[in-house]
Amino acid sequence: MIPTWAQIGYLVAAVCFIVALKALSSPKTARAGNGLGAAGAVLAVVITFVAYKPDHLAPILIALLVGTVVGVVGSRRVQMTQMPQLVALFNGVGGGAAALVALLELSEVSADQTVSAIATAFTILVGAISFSGSIVTFAKLQELMTTRPVTFPGLPVLFVAGLLGGIALAVWLVSDPRVWVGVLLCLVGLAIGVMLVLPVGGADVPIVISLLNAFTGLTVAAGGYVLHNSLLLVAGTLVGAAGTLLTKLMADAMGRSVFNILFGAVRGGSTLG
Amino acid sequence: MTESIALLTIFVLAAFVGVEVISKVSATLHTPLMSGANAIHGVILVGAIIVTGQAESTWVMIVGLLAIVLATVNMVGGFVVTDRMLEMFRGPGSRKKELHK
Repeated sequence: MIPTWAQIGYLVAAVCFIVALKALSSPKTARAGNGLGAAGAVLAVVITFVAYKPDHLAPILIALLVGTVVGVVGSRRVQMTQMPQLVALFNGVGGGAAALVALLELSEVSADQTVSAIATAFTILVGAISFSGSIVTFAKLQELMTTRPVTFPGLPVLFVAGLLGGIALAVWLVSDPRVWVGVLLCLVGLAIGVMLVLPVGGADVPIVISLLNAFTGLTVAAGGYVLHNSLLLVAGTLVGAAGTLLTKLMADAMGRSVFNILFGAVRGGSTLG
Repeated sequence: MTESIALLTIFVLAAFVGVEVISKVSATLHTPLMSGANAIHGVILVGAIIVTGQAESTWVMIVGLLAIVLATVNMVGGFVVTDRMLEMFRGPGSRKKELHK
């Protein structure tokens, strides 16, 4: 159990995130809101180091440094027009990180902790979907591949088969939490993510990024449940809920429905290229 | 079981808060808001540090360190790129000043 002061510190960080989202919704306060969010994140990381006293401190700090350098350099160098794909990439690596954390937690979860096992399976599957889906959206926006919707006969069948396979593996994992089943679930999630985004046209991609962003939020929330960490639970749920609403608002602004954006090309209807 | 219920309560309340706080967002801020929310879920970094800090085998540590790198890129890059986007939202006055520098 972590000390009370750390839990209160996590609560302060969670409030920073809530106020940050609120401030980001208005042009006057948006930039300050983003700064407050960053301050909350730094606070959360510092608390984690002091409260959990992690082993392997040197490699952890080096990994933090590497991630910081990559993040800062990447976002400073990018052209203004390339920002959406950078956000997609950042979202993808976040989802990937959540899936990896859940895979590592598998060895701690026993079969009688059903809810934790469900949350772990959810994080692995949806984190992997978010990762590969975001990579494909990145490739589309960066024009590493065609921006037109990509479909082929049998894609809907393959997609549904992937979903059913993913659910079956998740159920298996819940009843018998083994690492190799988790790895298999992760691979199926990666395939589902690719199939989800391939049929989406270039103009609709920002809305899909927003949806995958909400997915990653939910995986972080589930990860917080498994780790009994209230901050991850609050922050992840906030992003999951806000991201879902934002996805709908963005689709409304374009006069489209989220369902049509995702599956319009597959159903043979028109979709913006 | 009581802790599970407490966590479930937090989850449900946070979901309502998440919807409520952004419900009045102006359309010009859709992309920066998405980017800011994206940076916030980078706090999975906290989970990655906890798991790596308890690692007892080499492969757990390697995968954990990879998760730390990815989560840090998400968090740090997310906040920096959001800040750059929002630079464009400054009033016309401040932009003019910059041109005359």
